[in-house]
Amino acid sequence: MTDVIPDALKDERIKPVSPLRRALIRPELGGICGTILVFLLFAVIAGDSGMFAAEGVMNWTVVSAQFMVIAAGACLLMIAGEFDLSTGSMIGFSGVMMAILSVHLGVPLWLAIIATFVFCVLLGGVNGWLVIRTGLPSFIVTLAFLYILRGLTIWGSIYFTRQTIIGGVAEKAATDWLAPVFGGKVLGWLFTWMGEAGWIATFTRGNRAGQPVIDGIPMLVVWAIVLVVFGHWLLTRTKFGNWIFAAGGDALAARYVGVPVNRVKILMFMFSAFCAVVFATCQVMEFGSAAADRGLLKEFEAIICVVIGGALLTGGYGSVIGAALGAIIFGVVQQGLFFANAESSLFRVFLGVILLTAVIMNTYIRRIITGER
Amino acid sequence: MSAIVEMRNITKHFGHVIALAGVSFDVKAGECHCLLGDNGAGKSTFIKIMSGVYKPSGGEVLVEGTATLFQSPRDAMTAGIATVYQDLAMIPLMSVSRNFWMGREPERGVWPFKTFDTDKADDITVKEMRKMGISLRGPDQAVGTLSGGERQTVAIARAVYFGAKVLILDEPTSALGVRQTANVLSTIDRVRKQGIGVVFITHNVRHALAVGDRFTVLNRGQTLGTAERGTVDAAALQDMMAGGQELALLESSLGGTI
Repeated sequence: MTDVIPDALKDERIKPVSPLRRALIRPELGGICGTILVFLLFAVIAGDSGMFAAEGVMNWTVVSAQFMVIAAGACLLMIAGEFDLSTGSMIGFSGVMMAILSVHLGVPLWLAIIATFVFCVLLGGVNGWLVIRTGLPSFIVTLAFLYILRGLTIWGSIYFTRQTIIGGVAEKAATDWLAPVFGGKVLGWLFTWMGEAGWIATFTRGNRAGQPVIDGIPMLVVWAIVLVVFGHWLLTRTKFGNWIFAAGGDALAARYVGVPVNRVKILMFMFSAFCAVVFATCQVMEFGSAAADRGLLKEFEAIICVVIGGALLTGGYGSVIGAALGAIIFGVVQQGLFFANAESSLFRVFLGVILLTAVIMNTYIRRIITGER
Repeated sequence: MSAIVEMRNITKHFGHVIALAGVSFDVKAGECHCLLGDNGAGKSTFIKIMSGVYKPSGGEVLVEGTATLFQSPRDAMTAGIATVYQDLAMIPLMSVSRNFWMGREPERGVWPFKTFDTDKADDITVKEMRKMGISLRGPDQAVGTLSGGERQTVAIARAVYFGAKVLILDEPTSALGVRQTANVLSTIDRVRKQGIGVVFITHNVRHALAVGDRFTVLNRGQTLGTAERGTVDAAALQDMMAGGQELALLESSLGGTI
């Protein structure tokens, strides 16, 4: 892709660019370096703690996958030039809505899940529509939704059930056809086989003796991979992806050449809401319950993953793969400090340092792209 | 020869402000029609009506003889009217190729797996840039690394490639150095020779006289007539733009250097 120009066309005024500098311009670079770095770090400080045994790997994989799901939505939205601070509240809201519908109002669980998806994605659309119509920064509009949705979640939960944790979803899920899509596990046979081959640990006692310690890959991980692959494909390989970059890079310039900027932005708000509901549904299925305080601070964690992944806060530049790497860094650091028996409060210090480093590096990279000076 | 686009007696009001009070203007194939005017004369409003960004409050827009009302910039683009804005032409963080195709990306494959045909896009971008005399490091070079004149040229090449019949250039030379201005002016000449009508908006009389075939001066939302090449000189145009007397006074105090 880069060496299509024959020698005759080379301009003596254009300096050849070193491969290093070219690599530096890739948005994923920071994410790749960071990922290698945290793995090396924890291999040294927590290598013998079981963090890299099957169970440990699954532990931080699931945590990373959680971040990945919401980071995929936040990433595309940020590249389109907007923020969604209501992600965390949307997670709480959708979980509680789903649980109230199925457990307290007797709606079949599959219908409750679908209804929640439809309603919350529409809410995401309302977020986007308000941002477009009022011309206010998405920061303010979605901050308002952060409070509105959280308030409604707690109120609704108490109004219908007199408590803020709604159980009983597990019983409904046991006989439902849609629940396993979010709460099930796949590739169980592979782990059974790996356990028999002695590659991964198996239970030695109890009624599960002989079975592998991991009984499959949670659907959450599958969702994370699907959303990241879809997001990356959409962004880099399609016409719509070009419109996402254009909408975030310069909305007015994009509009003038006929890019439907409003539609792009509203759709990205809806995608962000969709990702939040995927997260919430997987969590509700996993715990068998919904709680009104779920998803607290998730919007910031999503944004941190995206920024670590090389996206610019101002929009128009970034990568979904980068955001996924950001999620892995986040997950590995959070769980790794636990494995390393470090003081858990240090996690935030670590996170702040990573965030600051990433933002400084992104700013430098942007200077290289826009003018090399 | 009939006009490709004719604007008849266009008016535009923004609330109580009358931005345009009856402006008539036309552009024919293969000519460069310069629209001159000082800041606030209504040039920007006028071209935004021509390119479909605003709807006129009154008057008619005729495209090849038929009255047309553009609902959006896209309508105007479909009708063959392309606009290159002075600072909004390109998105610096995106590659030349992505900018070139923005809004009209070629696709391959079948729905829902249609993809942006980047090979085709890159190939054509490099070829079109070469025609305009710009050698790229690669089609994935970010527009941010190009000079102002090169950005204008990319935008012009883009418009020409997508079959523009009329090319509106909004002050393409106002922020450029001498050499880059010369490049843009020669690009205008090249485009005109391909039979495209060029509307060249500027407040620099010398740039206008360098390439213009006809000159229309806009002052305080009105046209002060259209002049053919050779019938006016720089001083006369300058006078009309500034509304006469005031500039005459200034000019005498500055020794005729403006």
